[in-house]
Amino acid sequence: MFTAERVGNPRDYIKGETGDWEIIIGLEVHAQVASNSKLFSGSATEYGQAPNSQVSLVDAGMPGMLPVVNEFCVEQAVKTGLGLNAQINLFSRFDRKNYFYVDLPQGYQISQFEHPIVGEGEIDVLPIDADGNTLEPVTVGIERLHLEQDAGKSVHDLSPDETYVDLNRCGVALMEIVSKPDMRSPEEASAYVDKLRGIVRALGTCDGDMEKGNLRADVNVSVRKPGGELGTRCEIKNVNSLRFIRQAINYEARRHIEIIEAGGTIDQETRLFDSEKGETRTMRSKEDAHDYRYFPDPDLLPLKLEQSFVDRVKSELPELPDQIKARFMDQYGLSEYDARILTADKTKSDFYESVAKGRDAKIAANWTMVELFGALNKAGTELEDSPVSADMLGGLIDRIADKTISGKIAKEVFERMFGGEGDADTIIEAQGLKQVTDMGAIEKMVDDAIEANAAQAEKAKDNPKLLGFFVGQVMKASGGKANPQAVNEILRKKLGL
Amino acid sequence: MSDLTKLTLEAALAGMAAGDFSSEELTKAHIDACMDGADLNAFITTTFEDAIESAKASDARRKSGEVGLLEGAPLGVKDLFCTEGVKTTAGSKILGDFAPPYESSVTANMKADGMVMLGKLNLDEFAMGSSNETSHYGPVINPWRKGEDLVPGGSSGGSAAAVGADMCLGATATDTGGSIRQPASFTGTVGIKPTYGRCSRWGVVAFASSLDQAGPIAKTVKDSAILLESMAGYDPKDSTSLNIDVPKWSESCGKSVKGLRIGIPKEYSIDGMPGEIQSLWDQGIAWMKDAGAEIVPITLPHTKYALPAYYVVAPAEASSNLARYDGMRYGLRVDGKDLTDTYDRTRTEGFGKEVRRRIMIGTYVLSAGYYDAYYLRAQKVRTRIVQDFENAWQTCDAILTPTAPSAPFAVGRKLNDPVKMYLNDIFTVTTNLAGLPGISVPAGLDADGLPLGLQIIGKALDEDTVFKAASALEKAAGFTAKPEKWWK
Repeated sequence: MFTAERVGNPRDYIKGETGDWEIIIGLEVHAQVASNSKLFSGSATEYGQAPNSQVSLVDAGMPGMLPVVNEFCVEQAVKTGLGLNAQINLFSRFDRKNYFYVDLPQGYQISQFEHPIVGEGEIDVLPIDADGNTLEPVTVGIERLHLEQDAGKSVHDLSPDETYVDLNRCGVALMEIVSKPDMRSPEEASAYVDKLRGIVRALGTCDGDMEKGNLRADVNVSVRKPGGELGTRCEIKNVNSLRFIRQAINYEARRHIEIIEAGGTIDQETRLFDSEKGETRTMRSKEDAHDYRYFPDPDLLPLKLEQSFVDRVKSELPELPDQIKARFMDQYGLSEYDARILTADKTKSDFYESVAKGRDAKIAANWTMVELFGALNKAGTELEDSPVSADMLGGLIDRIADKTISGKIAKEVFERMFGGEGDADTIIEAQGLKQVTDMGAIEKMVDDAIEANAAQAEKAKDNPKLLGFFVGQVMKASGGKANPQAVNEILRKKLGL
Repeated sequence: MSDLTKLTLEAALAGMAAGDFSSEELTKAHIDACMDGADLNAFITTTFEDAIESAKASDARRKSGEVGLLEGAPLGVKDLFCTEGVKTTAGSKILGDFAPPYESSVTANMKADGMVMLGKLNLDEFAMGSSNETSHYGPVINPWRKGEDLVPGGSSGGSAAAVGADMCLGATATDTGGSIRQPASFTGTVGIKPTYGRCSRWGVVAFASSLDQAGPIAKTVKDSAILLESMAGYDPKDSTSLNIDVPKWSESCGKSVKGLRIGIPKEYSIDGMPGEIQSLWDQGIAWMKDAGAEIVPITLPHTKYALPAYYVVAPAEASSNLARYDGMRYGLRVDGKDLTDTYDRTRTEGFGKEVRRRIMIGTYVLSAGYYDAYYLRAQKVRTRIVQDFENAWQTCDAILTPTAPSAPFAVGRKLNDPVKMYLNDIFTVTTNLAGLPGISVPAGLDADGLPLGLQIIGKALDEDTVFKAASALEKAAGFTAKPEKWWK
């Protein structure tokens, strides 16, 4: 089952006292299905509601209550499977995973153990190093995707000696997406999760909100001598940010190496990541592991899908991040880097497409990425909350294209636009930034500049670099509004270049 | 007025329709009978005041021309069915005073059809038992008594005793391994377990989900058909409910069985079965032949594995189904020093011995390392048993067997010998494992004057044939014996 054939890049090895070590990483990602109601009950799933306000008799495990599968959640899982280039299993089954806990009213979680709805698949992942450089792509195998119920939430900090339970989340549908142990560095692991996130968001099957825990990862880490025997793995539960995933793996791998090199052995166990301390610590050891006594849930019939249903879902799939990226490179002539940045998520790619529509694609890409994303980044604002809309940015580019303003002035207009002063035309009008294209006026300014700098003008014939100096003078005199092309042309003529 | 309790459901419905008596009169007569029979311990909870109110409401409806299938009939409900606002115990201490805020689909159907509910009937705890002795509320006493207290069978012992003692016109029951048919056989009543999926399980406290099926216990085959017509029906809240129409089974009763092929499985002649039961079975064969049916010897070769398979599958499902009784949200809670201790104390105090035994068996057979040898193997047996029946249907239309391997036995006799107790289900579990309909019809008395039943098993969804064959058997047997009313 655990065939980690791929040997990673030596660049990613960790140096130990006994030589290089390679990290083997596999992930189980829990993605909350985007659905208005729960997996087996009609209760709502809205986040942040009053405790226990979204709990049905089924969720509360009342006597005689029965689950009925939510077909929409099934469709969402199939859609996700297709997005992962994975096998859709026309036959799947729900099993019970039995254990006792206060946030699990039924005393079992309904999951899929033996027959998951989605089988093997794979996705291509582009890891990015600490400096933001794209590394070689890695193919990560998907082992399976299955549907299961989330548990409720135990609240331990409302009282010193009591635990409160909120069952709103209890029964919400989750997709557990299990990777093969194909990742060899923290960067690959976080790039994989980022990629999954992009896919589920594009598909609309999960909102990918890691902060709310709607997408979280259990990270399995072990170390080995490069290409050698696999080590014992530890599972780090519920890591909920890309950065924490990298930190947790780094910490865990080094912990393993330290223990092994000191002559110890790794105990297979489940661990927690403490994001404040940047450490992992034991949650439960293998000896404490539950025997979940999985067996097919007799309250539910096996899930049998028609191929025509799968085909229909497939035909309705939206464009996925990889497809959008390829299209951007092809249709807009963008570089791989630009295409990657602009397709990082659906909001970005949609934004870019509306800016680029009917405009120069590369200029649109530059303004979107360099100016807008730069400004957003600096302001710590998300694109969703950008003060500059795609229409506004497009309007600005239009004014450059029709020579109303120069590129330089455009940056000033952009700054004001970002500051909330209105659209490009409003700002240009209000600030009197319209470019001077009146040849007579420019000629007058050129003449004035030559006259004021007669000695330099003389030298210009032998030293054409001085042209720049004169351009600068004229632009300064025009308050930056003179059309730079026209200024150049007239200066050349007058200086005899 | 006390004569009203001697009526069959069919006759009572007709009497009310003819204006001979009202539902209120009928209900009061049955309430009196229930009070007379208090010592039988058939009821856990009585709802007499509500019953009289419902009866009056029923009479008012009848006046306005609104008449449901069970209009005005005073009936009992096994205390495994959740009833809105009425304590529902499942015969267990662990549910405490739990009164569900919802009504099971089956009883909701019956109420919509005009049922007057007299109360909640006693049963083995969580329907686990064949004698009604595992109830936290004490054993039910069989109205058929000979010198000593006898069990009414189980788990629907309260239902069977109440119908057998004319305390109600009929009752709901449930059958996981024989819990309708064996007590029917023990009390001289008729009990049918329909095809799995006919009756919704929604709101019925679960024992073993893949085997549990509701059905009625009644005084006659036709009464059982009328009751089942009301109980059955598609329910989208139960994923295993069958989305098919409910036929008018009461019209099948009494139809000719001429040419019907009745299979006689040789594997049901088991060692140690009393000669009287074998004779009764032979008698049944003769009756069916006389009625024009063709008798066909058949083989159900995997029968001997059915009981062990059942006692793996049922506890496995039960161990999981009963996990929700943890003292956290409803019912009994016994606080301990921490969460685990609270679980332990609550479940140790809340569950009786037999339930704890089955939870342990179920937990064991599902455990890592044992799953394949027990649970998986039992499921394979189940597939074989289904196949056995499929093969049998090539040559027969219904199967005739004894219902139980013994007559009612004395209270306490088998309680401490679980294996002996489990053997009660030997002829009934096969239909649960295969999901088939099975009915028990009272067919005779043993030497001690105690009732014995015969079982008709039918094809899936073919209750029609089952009712036809059962009413032929009923007619031929002419079973009119009643227990002497010793209890008052």
